[in-house]
Order: sequence, then C-alpha cells, then structure tokens
Amino acid sequence: MIATFLIQDGVTNGAIYALLGLALVLVFSVTRVIFIPQGEFVAYGALTLALLDNDRIPATTSLLLCFGAIAFLADLWSMRRGADVRAFTRSLALNLVFPAAIYGLTTVLVPLGLPSFAKALLTILIIAPMGYYVYRIAYRPLADASVLVLLIASVGVHLAMMGLGLVFFGAEGLRARPLAEANYTIGSLMIPAQSLWIYGSTIAIIIALYMFFERTLLGKALRATAVNRLGARLVGVRTQLTGVTAFTLAAAIGAISGVLIGPITTIYYDTGFLIGLKGFVAAIIGGLASFPITAVAAIGVGLIESFASFFASSYKEVIVFGLIIPVLVWLSLSHAFHEEE
Amino acid sequence: MKNRFFAGIAAIAALSLPVLASPALADVTIGVTVSSTGPGAALGIPLKNSVELWPADVGGEKLKVVVLDDAGDPSVATTNARRFVNDDKVDVIVGSALTPASIAVAGVAAETSTPHFSASPVPPNISKGKWTFVLPQDAGLIARTLFARMKADGVKTFGYIGFSDSYGDLWVNQYKALGEQYGLKMVAEERYARPDTSVSGQVLKLVAARPDAMFVGASGTGAALPQIGLRERGFTGKIYQTHGAVTFDFLRIAGKAADNTIFASGPVMVPEFQPDSSETKQEGLDYVTAYEKKFGAGTRTQFGAHIHDAMAILKRAIPIALKNAKPGTPEFRAALRDAIETGGPFPASQGVFEYKADDHLGLDDRAVVLLTARNGKFELVK
Repeated sequence: MIATFLIQDGVTNGAIYALLGLALVLVFSVTRVIFIPQGEFVAYGALTLALLDNDRIPATTSLLLCFGAIAFLADLWSMRRGADVRAFTRSLALNLVFPAAIYGLTTVLVPLGLPSFAKALLTILIIAPMGYYVYRIAYRPLADASVLVLLIASVGVHLAMMGLGLVFFGAEGLRARPLAEANYTIGSLMIPAQSLWIYGSTIAIIIALYMFFERTLLGKALRATAVNRLGARLVGVRTQLTGVTAFTLAAAIGAISGVLIGPITTIYYDTGFLIGLKGFVAAIIGGLASFPITAVAAIGVGLIESFASFFASSYKEVIVFGLIIPVLVWLSLSHAFHEEE
Repeated sequence: MKNRFFAGIAAIAALSLPVLASPALADVTIGVTVSSTGPGAALGIPLKNSVELWPADVGGEKLKVVVLDDAGDPSVATTNARRFVNDDKVDVIVGSALTPASIAVAGVAAETSTPHFSASPVPPNISKGKWTFVLPQDAGLIARTLFARMKADGVKTFGYIGFSDSYGDLWVNQYKALGEQYGLKMVAEERYARPDTSVSGQVLKLVAARPDAMFVGASGTGAALPQIGLRERGFTGKIYQTHGAVTFDFLRIAGKAADNTIFASGPVMVPEFQPDSSETKQEGLDYVTAYEKKFGAGTRTQFGAHIHDAMAILKRAIPIALKNAKPGTPEFRAALRDAIETGGPFPASQGVFEYKADDHLGLDDRAVVLLTARNGKFELVK
C-alpha cells in the first residue's frame, strides 16, 4: 500500500527528471556544453505560469526583451566589419521584433483570463526563445572552445540566470494551479490529473524527439553533429544551426517541465538547480549520450529518491547523488579510451 | 570634446571630495549587513527594506547608515563587518539574517569592541558574548509556548518533520530538552530540504505512525510543503508550526491546507488584534503601517521587524550614551553597550527587551503569541 504511493510519487518526479536528463544529453551531444542552467528554465517556467495564474504579467517577458536586445547588440558587433541588409533585418526581426511580439501578446492576453492550458502554452512560448538567446549571447562566441571552458561558461550562465530569477520573481516560492483539478481512483490508488499530464507529456516528448531525430533532415543534422562535429561540418551541416536548435529545444523542454512541476510543489527562484542536478545524475548514467538509458535512469532516480525519503529522509540527497559514484567507476573502467577532444 | 570630458570628471571629483572627506565623528554611524541575495534572501530582503524606514536622526545626532549584502556567507559577513569598523568607523553593527553569518559578525564585534545586534538566533556561546545582543526570540521561548499549548490541547504523541539543517535540528533539540516536562512523545522524525519537489515519502511515514498531532520545524513558504502533503494524505489532526512559518506567503501557498493549525509567532504579525494594554501594540502598529505603506499591503514579516526593534532600542540607548561620550569614539561604543544593557526595558514590535549583563536575549513571554489561520488570514488564539 505504502509502496504503491511511493512508486507513484517516484515515477512522477522521475518523469520530470527524465525530461531534464534528455535535454542535457541533447545539448551535450550536439554542442559539448554541460548545460547547468537547464534547471533555471524549469524554475522560470513554473514561476511564469504561477504569475500568469494570478493574472499578472510575468517579468520573464521583459527579461526576454532584454535578452533579445543583448543578442542584437552581439549581432551588431559581429557585423561591425561590413554587413549585408539581409543579415541585419534577420537579426532585427529575431532579436527585437520577435520578443516584442511575445511581450505584446502576453500583455493583451493576460487580462482576458485565459484557460489554464493556454497559460501553459503561453509560458512555453515565453521561455523557449530564451534558449536561443542564451546560446547566442553566451555559447556561440565560444563554439570551438574546450569542454572545460564551456562548462565554466555554463556555471556563469547558471549564476546569472539564478540572480535574475531572484530579481524578477522575489525570494519566496510560488505554486501554480494544476492544468486539471480532477483526481482518478484506481483501486486504492489516487492519481491526480496533473500526474497523468506529466506521464503523458514525457512520453509524448520522448516520441517526438525520436521522430525528430529519425525522420527530419534537421534532426539528422543534429545527430551528425553529435557523432562528429568536424565531419558534419565538412559534409555541409551548419553546426551553428544545430546548436541553436539544441538549445531552443532544451529551453522548451525545461519550460514544459516547469509547467508540469509548478502545480505539484512550491518552486523558488533557486529550485531549478537541484531538479536539474537530478536530471544530470540520470544523464551521467546514460553516459551523456544515450537517450533511452537516461530516461530509464531518471525514473530510477525518482524511485530511489522516493523510497529514500521514506526510509531515511535525512540521507535522501546523499543516497541520490551517491548513485553517481559507482556509475562513474563503472563508466571509466568500461571505457578504456577517451573520445577526441 | 575631450577637454570637456575631463572637466566633467574634475567637477564630479570636486563635488564628491567633501563627502568623502567629511569625518563621521559628529554622526552616529550604523553598519548593517544582511543577506539580500543568496539562500537567505527571503529573510534578508525585508530586513534591508526595513532599514529604509529608519529615522534621519536619533537623539539630536544625524544618523548615517551603511547597508551591505553578505549573501548569507560568513566570510563575506566578516569582510563587511571589518569594513564597517575600519573604514566607516561605525558605532553599532546590525546583522546578519542567517545564523552562520551572524556568528561571524559577532566575532568581529567582540574583537573590535563594537555593539552588535544579531537579526538571527545565535548559539548560546555567542549570545553570552559581551558585545552581541540578540533580537529574535530564542527557540526555547517559542518551544515552551508551543509545547505548553500542545499539552493543553491534549496532545500526547506527535510526528516531527523539519528542514534537514540547523533550523530543523533546533526543534528536535528543544523537544529532547523540554518534551518530557510537557508529557510529549515524538513518535516519528522526518527531514526534508526546502527545494525538494516532494515530501510524500516522509508524510506517509508520519501518518503511518498515527500521532495525535504533527510538528513542522521549517520556515517561510518551505513550511507549506509538508503542511499541504499531510492534508493531501488525509491527516486531519492539529499541526503545529514554528514562528519561522508565519508569513503571508505561507498562507497564500498553503490555502485551505492551513486550517486547524497553531502557529507560534512574534506579536508583530497581529498588532491590530492585540489588546490596548499590550506593550508591543504601539511599536508593532508603527512598524507595520510604515512598512506596508511603502512596500504594499500584506508584506509585513517578522524578520523585518527585528530591524525596527534594533532602532527602537537605539532610540532610547543612544541619548543615554551621548551624555558620556561623542559618537565615533571607543568611549561612545562602550557607553552605548552599557546603555543597551542597563537602559531597559525597551518596548518594541516583537517583544519587550530587557537586556542584562548575563542575559543578552532579553525577551520574555510577551514576545510570543499563538496564531491560527482562517480564510487566508492570521488570527490571535484566545
């Protein structure tokens, strides 16, 4: 009886970790960036939804404007030695007009009192472009740097985004309203509709990612970049485009995770990091390369966390993060050589 | 063009020179270090805001206030405190919002003989220090009030869930020291961390132990997670929350789950409901009205009130010290320390402070009230 509750709880959290783990693997395999700020997108997503629930204009929209403006300046800087009109208009549209449009849309829609599903979509629309801007501002200038430099840049982006979160959302936590209030009972087990949303979305995203990588040209380009960056470039894959795609997808997945988790727990401006780290544990178990292993490992992390919180709540985090050590030992023993750097 | 630019710089430099050079001797200078960023930001921001409500002068002397952020980090707090003493020549240090940082500040205060108000609880070895005065209620005071209430409610066994940090340990230690006295037995002890996404496991175990009541040792909106979890798992008995949980944000998050709950709190959360005879009513109303006028209705916190109380004490202590010495001198700091120790009682918003040479906590039963939540508002328990 208690075990079924714990399993349900573990799978629900595990599904969120799976989404984050997948996003981390996606970003790392394509761009070699260990994307620590992934968790911040979760927090931004959840907090944005919570503010929309209170019929307030979330500050993330103005943040998006700022990001766009900085990206535009970065574009101008890189165009300082001659630029064509097409590149300039493209940059103008992407960095200034697009965020302004989202800002306008939000200010128009919020007073209308949207249904909760539309609020969730609006949240994703606000957060997902941040992935692009973060890539443009922080990572694109470093595209050819070593993994270590990219990791350090990630730490910087993480700290910056967490600080901005504090400024824009305040220090206290928020909780969003669930997408659906209903509860379903199967035997003795009560399943809230929100959990069904979480399971459904995770499965849908996994299937969508699979289709994307198997069936579309862009997806194949991403895979090619993941296998060998230089080789992909030689055969004409635009590695910058694949980087943009990977980051935008990751931010979108983060926003979706935030929308899903916001109603089941209290989210603070700094909660995202811890959630992201647990996704990271799963991604490590998947060797930062395998999507299916990451997804399964994430569910495992959720289950272990849930049971650990029942049997030894003081040592829960120790147990969850301690999982990494035997996995790392195993990985370093089974992979005698390292990949090209 | 360039000339004009340099002329501008020269003008600015010339203007700022008198400001930089003016000696702080005539003014009373206070250094405030709080954690307005980092993990203690929820506590530090109301503290920082409350500093803005301080008066411009005290006892006829101009008040000069320097506010720095320590991000809750003891090493930054130490640097800030040293800066206060060496560069700003402060007469009083106030801070910080988190215990480890406050301990660090207390060290500098003791070393440099500077009066220090801690806005967070500190361990007994620090509060016994000669120069440090503690503003928040001592955990023992809160625990005794809550335990007495539990006994009166007929509670014999309780389940405990608290933060997996020093705040969570604090209440377990109080139970170990005092619980038997009140006929209480802790049947389950669970821990969680503020950023956890779920407490289902802990809650299941607590409910399975079938206690008469639950005790939550957590603060801010973080205390709402087990509160909601317990109600979701069908626990209908009484839940007891410490003063750390008494914020309007908590009620906003917990909603209906906050019913049938007893909170221990400082009186500043409900000055409106206090009887006119209460010594904390006037100070509480003054602070709450001024704060909510500036930062919006329903923004009061107990943390911010500590800053008001520091000023309530200083308003009475500074004039006494001014009789003996000039601000900015070691003699003034010593006189001020003596005035704080002997000049009481000081009525303030969170209690009536009566410091003594062997008691730098200074508060008694008047510093705790019991609250309950109804329709998203706190009410005084009669």
